[in-house]
Order: sequence, then structure tokens, then C-alpha cells
Amino acid sequence: MKLGLVVDLDTCVGCHGCATACKQWNTSGTIGPLSDKDPYGKDPNGAWLNRIRTYEVGDTPNSKTVHMPMSCMHCEEAACVTVCPTGASYKRAEDGIVLVDQDKCMGCNLCAWACPYGARELDPAEGTMKKCTLCVDRIYDQKLPEDERQPACVLTCPTKSRVFGDFDDPTSEVSQLVRDRGGKQLMPELGYNPVNTYLPPRNKPAVEVHEVSSIKQSVKTWVNKMIAR
Amino acid sequence: MTSQEKIIAIDSGLPEFEDRDKQQTKFTTCYMCACRCGIKVTVEDNKVRFIQGNPNHPVNKGVLCAKGNSGIMKQYSPAKLSSPLLRKPGTERGAGEFEEISWDRALGILEKRLANIRATDPKKLAYFTGRDQMQALTGMWASQFGTINWAAHGGFCSVNMAAGGLYTMGHAFWEFGDPDWENTKYFMMWGVAEDHSSNPLKLGLKRLKERGAKFVSVNPVRTGYQAIADEWIAIRPGTDGIFALSMIHVLLKNQLVDEEFLIRYTNAPQLVVNTPGKVGDGLFYRGAANGDGAEGKPQVWDQQSQTCVDGTSADCSPALFAEFTADDGTPVRTAMSILLEKYLDDQYSPEIAAKECGVSAADIERIALEMAHVAFKETITLDIEWTDWAGRKQSQFIGRPVSMHAMRGISAHSNGFQTCRALHLLQIVLGTIDCPGGHLAKPPFPKHIPPGIKPAKTNIPNTPLKSPPLGFPTCPEDLVIDDAGQPLRIDKAYSWDAPISCHGLMHMVISNAVKGDPYKIDTLMLFMANMAWNSSMNTAQTLEMLCAKEEDGEYKIPFIVCSDAFNSEMVAYSDLVLPDTTYLERYDTISMLDRPISEPHAACDSVRTPVIEADRDVLSWQEVMVEMAGRLKFPAFTTATGDRRYKDYKDFIINFEKEPGIGFLAGYRGVDGTKSLRGEPNPRQWEAYEENQGFFEFPLEPKQRYMRHANKDYLELAKEAGWVGSTEQILIEIYSEKLQKFRLAGQGLYDGPMPTQEHHKERLVKYFDPLPIYYMPLEEQRIDRDEYPFHAVNQRPMFMYHSWDSQNAWLRQIMNQNYLYMNRVAGEKLGIEDLSWVWVESHNGKIRAQIKLMEGTNENTVWTWNAIAKRGGAWGLSEDANEASDAFLMNHLISELLPAKGDSKDKITNSDPVTGQAAWYDLRVKITPVTDGETGSWPQFSALKPQPNAPKSPKMLSYATHKNVNIIRRWADTLFTGEKHSSNKVKTEKVTNKSIINGQTPGDK
Repeated sequence: MKLGLVVDLDTCVGCHGCATACKQWNTSGTIGPLSDKDPYGKDPNGAWLNRIRTYEVGDTPNSKTVHMPMSCMHCEEAACVTVCPTGASYKRAEDGIVLVDQDKCMGCNLCAWACPYGARELDPAEGTMKKCTLCVDRIYDQKLPEDERQPACVLTCPTKSRVFGDFDDPTSEVSQLVRDRGGKQLMPELGYNPVNTYLPPRNKPAVEVHEVSSIKQSVKTWVNKMIAR
Repeated sequence: MTSQEKIIAIDSGLPEFEDRDKQQTKFTTCYMCACRCGIKVTVEDNKVRFIQGNPNHPVNKGVLCAKGNSGIMKQYSPAKLSSPLLRKPGTERGAGEFEEISWDRALGILEKRLANIRATDPKKLAYFTGRDQMQALTGMWASQFGTINWAAHGGFCSVNMAAGGLYTMGHAFWEFGDPDWENTKYFMMWGVAEDHSSNPLKLGLKRLKERGAKFVSVNPVRTGYQAIADEWIAIRPGTDGIFALSMIHVLLKNQLVDEEFLIRYTNAPQLVVNTPGKVGDGLFYRGAANGDGAEGKPQVWDQQSQTCVDGTSADCSPALFAEFTADDGTPVRTAMSILLEKYLDDQYSPEIAAKECGVSAADIERIALEMAHVAFKETITLDIEWTDWAGRKQSQFIGRPVSMHAMRGISAHSNGFQTCRALHLLQIVLGTIDCPGGHLAKPPFPKHIPPGIKPAKTNIPNTPLKSPPLGFPTCPEDLVIDDAGQPLRIDKAYSWDAPISCHGLMHMVISNAVKGDPYKIDTLMLFMANMAWNSSMNTAQTLEMLCAKEEDGEYKIPFIVCSDAFNSEMVAYSDLVLPDTTYLERYDTISMLDRPISEPHAACDSVRTPVIEADRDVLSWQEVMVEMAGRLKFPAFTTATGDRRYKDYKDFIINFEKEPGIGFLAGYRGVDGTKSLRGEPNPRQWEAYEENQGFFEFPLEPKQRYMRHANKDYLELAKEAGWVGSTEQILIEIYSEKLQKFRLAGQGLYDGPMPTQEHHKERLVKYFDPLPIYYMPLEEQRIDRDEYPFHAVNQRPMFMYHSWDSQNAWLRQIMNQNYLYMNRVAGEKLGIEDLSWVWVESHNGKIRAQIKLMEGTNENTVWTWNAIAKRGGAWGLSEDANEASDAFLMNHLISELLPAKGDSKDKITNSDPVTGQAAWYDLRVKITPVTDGETGSWPQFSALKPQPNAPKSPKMLSYATHKNVNIIRRWADTLFTGEKHSSNKVKTEKVTNKSIINGQTPGDK
């Protein structure tokens, strides 16, 4: 099984709902807390597992604003796992989720340097590496209602731009979306084979214009119609 | 097996991560912004574990935005007030020197003060509320107190949207109406600065995109929603009106209007008296007293009988276009004929409009014709039988699937009322009102035009007002002025300055009260309104006004009371501070009597119930209101024998009836809770709401869901529910006779109150056009446009609601400094570099801010995010917080008065001349680089003190409701590090992992 996320760039408005839902769930989750340094002071900075990068591409007039949610891609060739000197970072065999065993992590930061997606953040209080768990503590939890066994970011997304599922299953919603919408990996050339996949913006709908008479209209040509009130 | 089932099947014996037995799930209503989404809150040991969207809730359907997801950090903000505060004797306002006092003492002080005002001169209490959601209660309280000086924040928020809609079609955008997301094929969004509404808008946009509907967004700035729009129109701020009216020009020129809709559902065919310069000009031609029953009824020209007949009757075929002299010699023409003549004028041609608004003539024409195509060639029909207002069966609903949504970018200009009317007119000529795919009303709307409440004028000691303080004037007689024409209200609402100011002018209260213009007040009582910072125009001077004293040393505003849950900037400037509960700690109602949460096809309301117990000496403002009403013996709160009628807020909500069977909550009424909308009080109503996840939803029958302005079954339901006063057709007013009456008063042609001052006359004549118009915003008219070449506007980020969230440890990490955003090309022309510091100067003053150049901004516009800046020390922030040192408020540049030109308009409010809506976005500025390398924002203010006994804001925060349960990787697994797992291995791993985790052998640690 290959679990991961599909993120739809056609509809993501960059609201940060997924980012704060993630922070909220995971600070009391299996790798919690997600600490915050100087939370009420200058330059507050904490550990987040999901951040939204918003930027503009191209110069006027050919420019576009892009909202890009970024979290762990759960790469098939996860360099963060390879470089981990203590064995804390690993990719689960059964579902492909990349996790950090908090008891084994010594906070050396090598994995964060190895990750080209900026998906790992060191907890400022605990000194261990924190990263997306795909809400492993939600998705298998039989005590949650079935439709809530989803990562917190997916559950909350107000534009439903995030979908969770098994990329190994060709009938899953994520597999179908990737096929139908031409899903793209980020920076595939690096060879990490990320599982998370982004859906590019759809083609813009074409709307016809109403035909207009070439004869110049005037008030006088507008004849009253017999329409009952 | 479904995909989800397969995922569950692999459950690999993970540990139990949390102790569910220690957790409870509770439902309430979010209050991280004004959207009022349903939330499901998991609580553990009286601490919040998780807040998620309630999947069953009509507003958000399970989703939740960045703010809603950060409620925990609001709940645990170090800025929470913890006890009533009294300014220490001998200390000055602003010093923040407070003594903690008991509630007994606090309420006693308030009671004594209020009792004295009420017994002598009730209007000396000015009571204004911010972004509260309990205006039905606070308004009623003010009314019972007897002060006309009450309003909520609508006057500085979006009264132009509300009034524009309510005076045109009986509903409006946002809380009063929604696009038909399921059916619309073409959606235009105007001036939506990322907020209002939050989750519903996002859910809706997703539906549009899935269905391939076109989304056009009109906004000078390309962030948020604009980024995913199919077309972004980078309009010049304040010119949306001419864009819309020019599209109407295109439609009329090509005869592309819904004539049936106009004839059946609007006043377009009604005859208007055409006697320029004479009394009665521009009013409807009404039936004479000849015994035919049509006396006083507006007339139409019936093409069948070839006579003038009652235009409100069903049995006629009115001419849409006509101009003639009636039998009694009165020259008349139809409203539609006036409309046609007006908008076919060249001033509305795309070529001329393009020069004003910056949208090309080709785009104006194309978008108009695209909408016409969708409306008329992609019409949808729903085969649902319904009955029209006259009792005639109709076999289907006809849908013209073009819809719109607009917000503050339209409303926060001094031409916003007419611009909003222009947008509605565009919707109306396309026939897209309350039809499938169009703009749908949300119960209790639509209402008759306008709602039949008149603003109160009385000021009698110990006596309630005869009507609510706010209402809807329809003629000069309704103004709240004295015999000399002078304003009676402290904010000068309903005066000649702003006759239809239906939400008051909160932004004028402090300025007027300090000047004693029109009079001095005794007490200013504020709830949830940060008037000492981001909710005031001209903030620096407002702070001076709050501290201004008379010669005798008494403050010019003698007593200031504020209620807030947090140590906002306003707290330091108050004399008595009453600490409110947080939204997770209180009982509250989102009432149909106020601004409800209805969806187009369901009447809804909701409650808040406490999900955690408050750990401080706090009392919700609702409780304070009911307590004070009891102590002061307001008639509605007192029994015939003089006893207190309601013991607390909950009791009041259950038992108060506005009229028989109608209370604050519409659901679960009747003694056994089985009645909806109307019914006797239910003693278990709160429990019933709790059992139903905190909300009530009353779905309309399919036949009641569209064309509700003319739908008999709907109107009968609406009357029964108390939403409307009659089942008569709600006739859409493209032509507003009500506005014309004010204009006639300006022309000296009105048989009733008329202004005496020239500038009032001029404003009435210019701006009270009975048909929508465009005019240059007032500030722009009075400054040198070359000297101040840029528009300056504020936008609200999706992750913060006004000033509320800089105290939020998570949200402030997303943004703690706002930049002045500027178009890159415009910046390069001025030699302004990215991230450099600049002076930004308006007619009212100057500020220093840091520039960020970007592509997606109109070239004539600079903008920033609203209310990021905070005063050091306030909101639990440190003195050197980025919000205090580098962020800036644009408010300093905005005057509450029009730019001074040495004429009679100098003292007039910087607001829409029709509605009094604060003209925040009319601001014009010039930008110059700093010359001496200065950095940091300016002006700076001394840091405020934390509240007494404030918890120290931590240097490190590690929030969790319990110790985490780590997933332990077994040592054997590390041998595979760096290897790719084969599918064979997966099987082995799965089994092994299971045993290891369940066993958790010491060796594995």
C-alpha cells in the first residue's frame, strides 16, 4: 500500500486551513507536541508539518499567483531515511508512511538537509525532528467515525483540495484523480519519487458571447411585448 | 472493498494514542470570525484537544478554515482578561493602571451610572458594539433603556451591501443571500477581500470548478480567491459601479434583458411622473380616488385595456416602455424608459467607462455578452410546480445561471451604496434573482422593500423607545433630526449627512462626543470594539480624543465602559472593564431575529454552549445585559408585580417572546419541542439544541425554494414565521421612489422636511438618484489626484479576522508583519526597491511602512493586510513583537472627516452620503522612499501594560492535552535503512511490526 495525498492546485486558495488543522491535531498527536519558540514575542517560530508557500510566477502580464501547500511527500526513495544516522527515520513497509521514531531521534538535522521539499522541522523545545505522519494516529483509529479516518488537513480543507488515499490501488480516488487530471510529482528529476501528487490547474472554461445584431439598435426599435404580469 | 476499507484492513496494531475515555465530544458554533460555522470540539480534562468542522452543519458542512482550526490558541491566549477592572483613581486613561474588583462592585458601579442616565437623559448613554453576533439582544436592550444612541459595527463594515440590497430587492449579498453554487454557470465575485464568507465561499468555488463554471473575480489585488479565478479583473478601486453600469449599457444596447422578469417581478413598467422642477417629479404616478380600488397604487400602462391600471394587480399586461401624457394631464413615462435613456448615454459606453475603471472596453463588452449568453442561452429549468403571489400555478422554475457575490471592496467606498445597487440592477436585468443558478435569498430574507422598521427618535427618561434605534427610512419624515434639522443621534445617523444610515456610524461616535457635536454624552459603552486601535479611523488622534479633558479636568467622554475577553488596545482607555468569556465558554444564540445562518433552502439558527468551564472571574456580556436589564427594571424584563422576569440569559432566551410564539430561537419550540419557527416557549429548548449538535435547520419545500419575492407558498410560510409582515409580492425596485423623495427634498420640491444647508441640498441631488449611478469617491473629489496618485486599500487575510488573531500563537506565525504591497512596474517607475522603507502620506498624515513589490496588483493601487499591527504590550504580545515594531496600521492615514478644503463640507463624515458607510477604501496616498535609512514602522506608541495578574507570556510553548504515544521503530527494522521494500517484505514487515508494537519488548526500546 502506498498512502499519500493529492493536492489540487486548481482550487487551493492558500487559506492555511490545512496547516493549522495539522498543527492542532499533531501537537497532541503521536509526535507531539509541536513547540513554538517566542510565541508572543519577536520572530515567533515553531515546528509545523505543513506550510503553504504562496508566490507569483512570471512577470506582468504573464504572471500567476500560486498557492503551494507543502508537507512530507512520503517519497519512495526517501533520502531523509537513508541519511538518518540513528535509524529514527523510517518508511513503513506496510503503507509507505515516512515516520520519525521520537525516541531514537537525536535532532542532528541531517534529514532536514537531505529533504528537498523542506518537509522536516526540528522541534525547538524537544530537539527532535517532526514531520507529517499522514495522521497515522487518525487514519487507522477504529474509534473515530469512519469518514473521519483521514488526515486532519484533508478533513478540514475548505475547498476540498486535498485527497488522501492509496496510490497503489488503481481504483482509489487519488489514483483516479492523478490519471484524470494529469497529476504531477514535484521535482521528479531529483529521483526521490515522491508519493504526494499535485493536480495542475484545469483549463479555463470557454464561455460563448451572446450574438449581437449588427444593426444599430435604438430605444425606438424596442417594441413592447405582450407579457401578462 | 472500498479504498478506505482497504486502508483500515491493514491496521497494523498501532498503539492506543489517546485515552478516549477521558475525552468528550461537544458541539457548538465557531467564533473565530463572523461566519458562524458548526464545530465539533473534543475536550480532555477541561482542555481542548481538537476543534473540527461539524459535517452535519449547514454552513460549513464539516470543513473549517485556518482561524477555526486555531481556536485552541485563542482559548489559551495570555491576553485573556480574568477579572473586572477599574481604572485606579488618580491615573490617566491609557496608562493601563487598573485595580481588580469583584463583579458585585463592577455591576454596582455600572448600575448606578446607568440608572442615573436613564432617569435623566437616556441619550447620554452611547452604546456601540463591534463584531458581536447578538445585535437582537443589544438593540433590544438599548431600546428598553431608552437611548437612540446604539448601533453595531455595520456602519463601518458593510451597510452599503445591506442597504443596497434591502432597498432594491429585499435581500442582499453574504448573510442575506448566496449564489446558487449547485447550478450557477457563471460567477462574478466583486471586491471580496478573502473574508466574508469564509468556508461557504470556498466550498462554493470548489463546486464551480468541478462543474466547469466560469469564475470571474473583480479586485485590484490578486491574492486568495483571485489566484484561482478563470479571469482576474484588476479594477481601479472605487470604480466598480461604472464597470457594472457599462455592462448594463451593453445589454440594453443589444436588447438583452429578461423582459418577462422585469414586467412580472420589478417596478420597471411602473409610470413615473415626468415634471422636472416641480413638486412630485420622479414619484410614481398613482391611482386617483375614483373608487376603483387603485387609489394610491402605482400605475402601469396596460396594453390590453389601453388604459392606466393598478401596477400591483395581476391582471394586466404592462408596457415596459411608454412615455405619454395621462388623462389628467400628467406627463409620465415608465421607469424602464428612464433607465433605457439613462444608461444608453455615451457616458456609460465601454470606451468611456474603460478610461475610468481600467477594464478595457473589449473586456467590458465581452463579459456582459458572456453573461447574457449564459443567462439566455444556457437557461436551466426545474420542473417543480409552484404558485405565484397571485395564486397562479406555474409549471417550472426558470433559471438564469449567472450569479454574483460582493463584499467590502464594493461597500467600503463612499459610492458603495449606488455601486451595490448597480450590481443588483445588473443581476435584475439578467433575471438572475432568486432563480435556479442565480443569486438566492436566505431566510428570513427576502423582506419587503425596505423592511418596515423606522428608527426611533424619542428620548424620554425611564421609558423605552417606541421602535428600535435602527430602522429603514423611506422618506425625509423618517429622519432622526430635530425641528431645526439638526441630528438627534450622537453619530448623526439618519441626519442630512447620511439619511439612510441603517447601521449607524460607529466611526463617528468618539469624534462627535469629544466635540460635543451635536451634544456631550456621559457614558460610552463598548462591546468587542477596538476603537482605540484598528476599528477607528485616524487612530493616533482618536487616542488623544479618548484622553481629552475639559477645563475642569473631567474627561470629555466622562466614563468609558468596555467588555472584551482579551487585553485589546481599548482596555487601557476604559474606566471600567468587564471581562467577557471566550466563545468556547459561553451560551449564545445566532438568532433569526438578528443575522442568522440560514442557507438558501433552509431557515437555520444556532447556539453556542460552553464546551469548557471558564477558569477566571468572567461573565459573558449576554449575562451582563440580562442582569442590568433586570436591575434597571426594563419593562420587557420585569413582571407586572415589579419582579425580575428572567433569572439569566438562558432563561431569557427560552421565555422571551417578541410576538406570540416568536423568540430568539426558532427551533424546537412548543412545550414539547415539536414546533418549528413559531410556538410556545420550550423549557428544554437549550437541551434540544445541544441534542441536535447546536443548530436548527428547517428545510423549505422544493416549491418554496425560488422566486420567493413572488412565491405564495413561501410568502405564507414567511408570514407565519414572522419574517415578513404580509404575503404581498415583494416587488423589486430597480427605480427607487424612496431615494427620489430625498432628492426632491434636496431640490426644494418636497412636501415635508427639507435641508437648509447648501451642501446637504447638493449631496441629496447628486447622490440620491433613483437609479444606480457612478460617481468619483468623495475623498478623491477633494484631494489633488496628482499629488496623491495611489489608491490605498486594506484586505483581510484568510487566516486572521481583524484584530483578533495576532494574539494567536499559531496564526501570528503565518503573518506578524504586513507590508505595503505595490505593483512592481509602478515601483520601478518610482525607483522604489523591494523591501525598502517608504513614507506613505495622505491628506490626513503620514506613516512609514516597508514595501513589497508584486505583480498581482493594479498599477494605481497600494494595499496591505488589515489590523496586523498591534500596540506593544497589548494582546499578550511583547513590546518588541513584530506586530508593534514593523507592522503598520493604515488607519492613521484615514480621516473620519472629508479632506478639508475650507468649505462647508469640511466637517462632514468620510462616509457614503446615502448610508453613512465608512469610506475606508477611498484613501489616496503618495509614496516616497525614506531618505536617511530609517527602518521600522512609524508612528510608534508606548507599550501598553499587561492586565493585572496577567500570566507571563511564555518564551516556549508546547501545547498538548496529553503525553504523546510514540510509535516505536523496532531495531531490526533499521537494518533495512536505505533499502527499497519489496512487496514480499511488506508482508513480513506487517506481521512483525504488529507483534513488536503490541509487545513493546524492553529490548526494542
